[in-house]
Amino acid sequence: MAGNDSWTVAGQTFTSRLIVGTGKYQDFEENAAALEASGAEIITVAVRRVNVSDPKAPMLTDYISPKKYTYLPNTAGCFTAEDAIRTLRLAREAGGWDLVKLEVLGEAKTLYPNMVETIRATEVLASEGFKPMVYCVDDPIAAKQLEDAGAVAVMPLGAPIGSGLGIQNCVTIRLIVEGAKVPILVDAGVGTASDAAVAMELGCDGVLMNTAIAEAKDPVRMARAMKLSVESGREAYLAGRMGRRMYADPSSPLAGLI
Amino acid sequence: MNDTAILEQILLTLNGEPFRIHHGATIAELCAAIDLNPKKVAVERNLEIVPRSTFADMKLADGDSLEIVHFVGGG
Repeated sequence: MAGNDSWTVAGQTFTSRLIVGTGKYQDFEENAAALEASGAEIITVAVRRVNVSDPKAPMLTDYISPKKYTYLPNTAGCFTAEDAIRTLRLAREAGGWDLVKLEVLGEAKTLYPNMVETIRATEVLASEGFKPMVYCVDDPIAAKQLEDAGAVAVMPLGAPIGSGLGIQNCVTIRLIVEGAKVPILVDAGVGTASDAAVAMELGCDGVLMNTAIAEAKDPVRMARAMKLSVESGREAYLAGRMGRRMYADPSSPLAGLI
Repeated sequence: MNDTAILEQILLTLNGEPFRIHHGATIAELCAAIDLNPKKVAVERNLEIVPRSTFADMKLADGDSLEIVHFVGGG
């Protein structure tokens, strides 16, 4: 049953398979409400300079408690391994958490990852005791390389970050799932609930999303939709879908026809 | 305060901007000067992480470059 269907990353066990970002919301109240509706236990957060001229401005931590939710610091905006490592060292000092989300971007236009830098950063972070969950291309070979480099979870994109295009290559996502010893989460590209369900039906351990909820007309309602779709996709995966046929197969018995 | 007070200040680069503070100031005093809760931030001094436990002892020097960061919303 879904109630017992937990998953574990780097020794930490979670019930919800939905990880949500905390960017792009109108305000902290809306963000907190959407988070509540999503049922997520892990949230991604960014590391940025304190506004020295307004240090008492409301902070994320005032609205979303790091005691209640697992903060997953990210390296969004980092284009080199060095920048990403530096950011996560600061994040670890600020929050004290080893579980982090690594992303090393290749270019602004597509926000596709630079995999050479990503693998290098993964190795360094793992050697420093970090537990990196790593954003990457949907490439089964790169996924294995990340696992070897010390990634505690591999998180292939379904489509470009913030695009909402849905999973563009179900085959590669499935190949990654089949080859993996660590959790696989689709990170980026989800646009609506059915996209999240597809990720889960492919056997992913979870889905990470931000824009699909934050930019919905009703983010709280979409957060709930995503919660349900991740759960239903997971249940469908565990249930084992029927085989595909080229032609029809009647559901009513042929015997006894009048 | 007299004319020597300004001479006894040091000039830092704080989050990319020039910032003056009294000679001998610690990171804890810097946080207090800008009204910042040190428990919610991380500090990097000249590209080295400063452990929070040392904020009260770590004296700043003229020309130091500091980054003070915290968590914000992100995906």
